[in-house]
Amino acid sequence: MNPQALARSRDFDHRGRAWYVDRAVTVFVFIGGTSAILFIGGIFAFIAREGLGFVFSEFDAGEFFGSIAWRPTSALDATYGALALIVGTASITGLAMVVSIPFSLAAAVFIGEFARGRVRETLKVLVELLAAIPSVVWGFIGFSIMNSLIIDLFDVPIGLNVLNAGIILGLMAAPIMTTIAEDALKAVPDGYREAAEALGATRWQVIRKVVIPAAKNGLVAAVLLGVGRGFGETMVVLMASGHSINLPDSVFDSVRALTATIAAELGETAVGSDHFRALFTLGILLFMVTFAINLAADTIMRGIRRKGERGRP
Amino acid sequence: MRRSMSTLLSILVIACGRAENSARAVIQNKGSDTLITVAQAWAEAYSAVDAEVAVAVSGGGSGTGISAMINGTVDIANSSRKMTSREIEAARANGNDPVEHLVGHDALAVYVHLDNPVGRLTLDQLAGIYGENGTIERWSQLDVQVPGCASDEIVRVSRQNNSGTFAYFREAVLDNEDFKLGSHDMHGSKDVVHLVAQTPCSIGYSGMAYATPEVTMPCVMGTAGDPCIAPSIETALDGSYPISRPLLMYTSGSPAGEVKAYLDWVLGDAGQCIMLELGYTPAMPAECVQ
Repeated sequence: MNPQALARSRDFDHRGRAWYVDRAVTVFVFIGGTSAILFIGGIFAFIAREGLGFVFSEFDAGEFFGSIAWRPTSALDATYGALALIVGTASITGLAMVVSIPFSLAAAVFIGEFARGRVRETLKVLVELLAAIPSVVWGFIGFSIMNSLIIDLFDVPIGLNVLNAGIILGLMAAPIMTTIAEDALKAVPDGYREAAEALGATRWQVIRKVVIPAAKNGLVAAVLLGVGRGFGETMVVLMASGHSINLPDSVFDSVRALTATIAAELGETAVGSDHFRALFTLGILLFMVTFAINLAADTIMRGIRRKGERGRP
Repeated sequence: MRRSMSTLLSILVIACGRAENSARAVIQNKGSDTLITVAQAWAEAYSAVDAEVAVAVSGGGSGTGISAMINGTVDIANSSRKMTSREIEAARANGNDPVEHLVGHDALAVYVHLDNPVGRLTLDQLAGIYGENGTIERWSQLDVQVPGCASDEIVRVSRQNNSGTFAYFREAVLDNEDFKLGSHDMHGSKDVVHLVAQTPCSIGYSGMAYATPEVTMPCVMGTAGDPCIAPSIETALDGSYPISRPLLMYTSGSPAGEVKAYLDWVLGDAGQCIMLELGYTPAMPAECVQ
């Protein structure tokens, strides 16, 4: 190749600085996008490695799911009954949903369908701000303020109970549910609303008969993600639930949650001991439940998206 | 791109230079929640004694300190209970040989709400309240009527199951029997006192140094006929208070260098006087200027 031709071919070579930057960014974005899979796989492998050892050796399913005696450090005979912890988590999450579902769906309808202009923007910011309050602050409110308040109001022996943790957890889950539910309402094509209004429907009828049924799946997904949030929350249930092993009869009973048990005990157990691995078994249980909830929410969301696309004019 | 790289490099160089300038020896100190206030006070005062040594103190409970000792991640582990033979074996298996140092004593106080008129309790009564086979569930069983506690139910406040205070209470009061399920297991001595102060029906236990004006400490009798002893520095020291316990620091092997100097200072007059000031009972007779 003569020097002239070489120079000409160099002109056609576009591998300049921009090309390399482009390549680097492509690779970076790819790694960023796929790393979630890596992390999920890694975390699951880690939890499984520590927890499954217990599941396959000392684990007694009858005791784990049937007994409330969680006494991992007993001087006589260590027992690992997780029933009270499972019931505790379920009862707090259940009450939290009773508190947050009506609130957040109503808030979503108001923000999405009624509020306009500045009111709408302010409300959206406030809801997001509510989601940004650290959980330890919520927990502190439960431990320090709500305890005395509940004792005084209801004349019960202690105010750290299902009611306390449920209300606080409900308030914490509400912003997420509101935001997702509002997105679901927004995803309903305006054509639906216009058609209903053209038929003479009132605003309320449009929302009740057209918008909410059309956004149903998204609303269910919002609720499920709220449930997932409640299930995985730790700090609040540790501080506000009373952290007491107990099968509750009423909302005024103290309970103990799965997450709180792991948080309170994991730091203090010798790595590799039965207690340590039993805590990881609780972790597997939590992981599976939250995974199932998130998967369900995701599947439902995907369902509406596909339906939404088909329905679009 | 190149400029940002060189900026990054120069930041690194500066950071390294900084680190080198303040090359202080760091003693990692971790464990007992009962000891945390005094451990922090020691660390703070010691920085004036030897500016070259920094003592990094963190709490979490005796179990945390002991498991850190077993895993070899700490220089000094604080504990309000002795290490069990199993724990010592586990530490030795990892190449750490725990050596015990007695640094003080602490009276394990029983706390009740300020309105609670119960002035005295026996160890048997405490075992009846907290123990697995105990039958005391209501304040009326102790012939006490607590104002503000209409339900009469005794709300048991306890500690998380790896705390040294929990383990000591189980050993000294429950004779190693299990706790009754359903106690409220707080994650720190302060939380126990705070919760008891707010909750008329409750009873709790924690180190005496955590007492606040918002709670009262009933005196404790070994058995029903004994004199009732109030928790105090003196009664913990002379052993007349039935539930006082040693406060310990563990090192891996015999201490040497900075760690030895620090422990010597802790057990000297200066360290022991700080302990006395904070409401703990010193291990060594110390002459303190009041």
